[in-house]
Amino acid sequence: MKPNVLVLRAAGSNCDQDAHFAFQYAGANAQLIHVNRLLDGDARLQDFQILVIPGGFTYGDDISAGKILANQLKYKLADQLLAFHAADKLIIGICNGFQVLVKAGLLPQMDLKAPQSVTLTNNDSGKFEDRWVYLKVNKSPCVFTKNVKSLVYYPVAHAEGKFVVRDDQVLNLLKQNRQIVFQYAAPDGGQPVYPQNPNGSMLDIAGICDATGRILGLMPHPERHIDPTNHPHWTREGLAQEGDGVAIFRNAVNYFR
Amino acid sequence: MITRIELAEKENYYDAEGHAVQDGARDLGIRGITAVQAFRVYYFSGEITDRDKQHIAEMLLADRVTQDYAIDAPVPRTNSGQPWSVEITFNRGVTDMVAETALKGINDLGVQGVAAAKTARRYAFYGSLSQDEKEIIVQKLLMNKVVEHVLTPGEKLFFPATDPVFSLVHVPLLQAGDNELARISRERDLFLNIEEMRAIQNHFRGLKREPTDIELEMLAQTWSEHCSHKTLTGLVAYEGAIIDNPLKQTIFRVTHELNKPWCVSVFKDNAGVIEFDEDYNICFKVETHNHPSAMEPYGGANTGIGGVIRDPLGTGLGAKPIINTDVFCFGPVDLPMEQLPKGVLHPKRVMQGVVAGVRDYGNRMGIPTSNGALFFDERYLGNPLVYCGNVGIMPKDKCEKTVVAGDHIVVIGGRTGRDGIHGATASSGELHSESEGTWSGAVQIGNPIVEKKLVDTLLQARDLGLYRAITDCGAGGLSSAIGELASTTGAEVDLEKVPLKYHGLSYMEIWISEAQERMVLFVPPEKLDAALVLFASEDVEATVIGRTTSDHKIRLRYHGTLVGELDMAFLHEGLPRIVRQAKWEAPRIVNTEFAPPADPGAVLRRILAAPNVCSKEWVIRQYDHEVQAGSALKPLVGVENDGPGDACITRPRLDSYRAIVLSNGLNPKYGLIDPYWMAASAIDEALRNIIAVGGSLQHTALLDNFCWGNADKPDRLGGVIRAAQACYDMAKVFETPFISGKDSLNNEYKTESGESIAIPPTLLISAISVMADCRKAVSMDLKKPGNSLYAVGLTKNELGGSHYLELVGQSSAAVPHVDAAAAKKTFLALTRAMEQGLVRACHDCSEGGLAVALAEMAFAAGLGAEVSLRDVPKSAEVVRPDQALFSESNSRFVVEVAPENESAFCAVMAGVPAGRLGQVTAEPKLHITGFAGDVVLDEETIELKQAWQEPLRW
Repeated sequence: MKPNVLVLRAAGSNCDQDAHFAFQYAGANAQLIHVNRLLDGDARLQDFQILVIPGGFTYGDDISAGKILANQLKYKLADQLLAFHAADKLIIGICNGFQVLVKAGLLPQMDLKAPQSVTLTNNDSGKFEDRWVYLKVNKSPCVFTKNVKSLVYYPVAHAEGKFVVRDDQVLNLLKQNRQIVFQYAAPDGGQPVYPQNPNGSMLDIAGICDATGRILGLMPHPERHIDPTNHPHWTREGLAQEGDGVAIFRNAVNYFR
Repeated sequence: MITRIELAEKENYYDAEGHAVQDGARDLGIRGITAVQAFRVYYFSGEITDRDKQHIAEMLLADRVTQDYAIDAPVPRTNSGQPWSVEITFNRGVTDMVAETALKGINDLGVQGVAAAKTARRYAFYGSLSQDEKEIIVQKLLMNKVVEHVLTPGEKLFFPATDPVFSLVHVPLLQAGDNELARISRERDLFLNIEEMRAIQNHFRGLKREPTDIELEMLAQTWSEHCSHKTLTGLVAYEGAIIDNPLKQTIFRVTHELNKPWCVSVFKDNAGVIEFDEDYNICFKVETHNHPSAMEPYGGANTGIGGVIRDPLGTGLGAKPIINTDVFCFGPVDLPMEQLPKGVLHPKRVMQGVVAGVRDYGNRMGIPTSNGALFFDERYLGNPLVYCGNVGIMPKDKCEKTVVAGDHIVVIGGRTGRDGIHGATASSGELHSESEGTWSGAVQIGNPIVEKKLVDTLLQARDLGLYRAITDCGAGGLSSAIGELASTTGAEVDLEKVPLKYHGLSYMEIWISEAQERMVLFVPPEKLDAALVLFASEDVEATVIGRTTSDHKIRLRYHGTLVGELDMAFLHEGLPRIVRQAKWEAPRIVNTEFAPPADPGAVLRRILAAPNVCSKEWVIRQYDHEVQAGSALKPLVGVENDGPGDACITRPRLDSYRAIVLSNGLNPKYGLIDPYWMAASAIDEALRNIIAVGGSLQHTALLDNFCWGNADKPDRLGGVIRAAQACYDMAKVFETPFISGKDSLNNEYKTESGESIAIPPTLLISAISVMADCRKAVSMDLKKPGNSLYAVGLTKNELGGSHYLELVGQSSAAVPHVDAAAAKKTFLALTRAMEQGLVRACHDCSEGGLAVALAEMAFAAGLGAEVSLRDVPKSAEVVRPDQALFSESNSRFVVEVAPENESAFCAVMAGVPAGRLGQVTAEPKLHITGFAGDVVLDEETIELKQAWQEPLRW
């Protein structure tokens, strides 16, 4: 069966069409749905298997990145989200979507009532940066990274991507549950320095999943590396079979096969 | 009741903004600061319970992991000592989008009682500061008085709604003499000359009534240089003849004569349209936003890019914006503060503001900013140039508008405020040292999310066929948009229906406001309901404000009273055509004699570090150039993604390898010697950049953007005419039609002493090309040791206007020429070689010549090159190695070829000047020998790269 994918749009989403294409390419039946349709009941989460919160600047990131959309999920769509997750379905948030997931309380654990324990804050460089980064893919329960090679190359493009935790306990729990899915790395997979870690994230964390592995949030953009011509070095190294990002979306689709 | 909520980073987290301010103060020479802390402040009016205040702070405003907050008090800090604290807020009426978003967030939380919101920024400075230093920090670092001010204790932040008392204003014109007419034009900021004022007087004498203020304003705006381009479409006396419409005689003419079947719509819509593939067309427009950016760099550039995005969006029935470009010209960023003229912002601040403005708007819109350029010259000090461009894509059946009587006129998007009053007319005048104060009404700040919502909904409405015509509100606001779009029918508008940001606008201000993010649609009556429902479903405001008519008049009402009525014919054709004088004389430039440099390697390092050559990575990285996922060749290329790419390649359809190649050419230094060869060089540069990445001349179109000094002065206009002639001559040979253009002809700055400083003649050429398969693309970084390097194209002794001569303090009138026929042959041959896969790397020779091209190719790859100048194809007068290394002759490339392809490459290049330079080496050194085998230059590429990266690594 082709899973139905809901790519959630809101004012200021701007990677929605890219994520839509990535899922279509991976064999899903993807639809772009505005958050207002979920709020007014025209569309229901239960009709979908995968929820995508794409990148962008929802509501301008005016208060802080992703905050307004996070509050809409948290205060207006909580029941639907809880039921969705409980039904063994998948959620992925990319860039702004990752910011939304942590601020709404879907990561590091689906708990919409608990105080926020991790966040994505201003880059240490103090500015927006677009650059390609190497990512170490750790062993984790994450559904999206099953059998993905150990080092991948994706672009980041953000001003607020520095991953920080409230306290050591939160960090220990992330490690213990193997929730740290992606870490920024040097080109050889080793310890990164700036700009290999582009934002100053704690433990070089670029993406985490929840303990079930069914909710993934990451700052880098796998949907911007679907085609081999996206790779910055293809004119040097030749064209690969496909981009490093495809596997993420294919894994999600295959979860429902 | 006013509630104040303040936020700050927790003390154990890095306060990036505070540190940036501290660094900025150090740049200003202020040393006594030990620490700076930044605070975000929100003010709310209304009756809010304490519980709700806390709710707003904790659930909406503060990030509880990293931030502290305080309600009606400062956030406590543990620093010892009493800080100096300053709080800055927007002036009344300036867009405060964070405040608007906060209100939405509060509404989502279900909190009642909040009436209005406003934001501020507070900074606490620790250490010792004099009163003067505090003033410098506030004025030069923290705020721009055009849009912001320092909050004083007890200052009123919120104002009750009041509407002005309506009274219709007539301007007594019928009996006025010339002096009186001139006074009216001046005092009302109409920027109309005496012939134009007399034409208006005659028209109203015929009507036997005085004009109203709104009629006069509408005429002034429609007839402004900005909207009508009356100089270049007027009559020009030049070299003993009258040129009737110089644009038509050159740029339009060449497009007409070339008659390319893939040109869909040229010089008539908001952007030029060409064919992309079987299903889609693409369009391209480049605009300038110079004067607003001089006054308020952030807002000026922000609305510059926001405005040009609305051009493709308003082309045909609307194109989806897919690529942004930006080109800036600034004064020297290292200018000592004491040399800064009064009333002028420092170039570094202008540059930082402009880049931030483009970044914040383009990134939020989700449009990759993938091509651009930067140029520095002292003459841009009072008058920086900000060019912003946008490419859009649309289905082939959505490229034409239809305007009929009886449709609803609907304004959608942003609300109308007092922002940008007189932008169109103001841009037609000179800047002077008091511009900041006098024209503050012309400055705007954009709200990209409002525009993003517009794009999202408009494209849906377009595909559902919910409207028949569309245009953007740019310069001249509703007046220009409706005046132009309904010019063939007529229109009536009820001004009180236009949604306003705040109370207090007069009917005239509503009509000419240049508030951002608005579009005008003509909607058939039977589609109106569906259209309004669609826009409302995504929170886009859409309001019916009038109807199209069939009487060829524009009729304006305010609460039922007729406040203006103009004949479309007079509005659009009544502008008197006056004869302007143009004259061009070659400047006297001495060809100085000088000895070759003792150390060409040192010269090369210094050229690489010149502001116009050095790395622009600091700018490029701040733009999202990957969004929309179609980037196939990036602005920064090479092994570490930091080499200077020649052009960007983008796939607009993710299911296809057909792609768009974008490039630009600009060289004002040549314009100071001869605008003809500057224009020719800019065209050659833009085209050779396309060729260098694997594009071809075949499906390539050009855009022209003229920025000049005051074209009422004959010597300035003479230069424009010469440049336009070159545009014709070059495009004709290259067979690359012009499809769109724009001019800005009043870029002069009047100093305190009354001297008028004109910018250098500046023609930006933008090129857009369709590439059949982007998998044939070639990047400029060297690929493999052992591969051969070739110089392609003839090197002449053309050092006039070169970076080399500037550096060694010499001069020459030998500005680079373009032999278009020879260049075309070179371009065609190189394209063939690339199509056959014979080329591994290619880079054009431009500023800094052959030496800079080789250095860039080597350090972008982390490799080296062993090169001899002996076989460089050169003209007879090139007798010294420095001439061969640093001449900026046009139409040249450096090409890398694998040994097994060399004979095939040479065969393809037969008849084209090409010579073997040497080879790529693993050792990261640039080693160059002269005509006789003597070592000319031997440099570590890592050092060359450092020299190139250092200057703008901010």
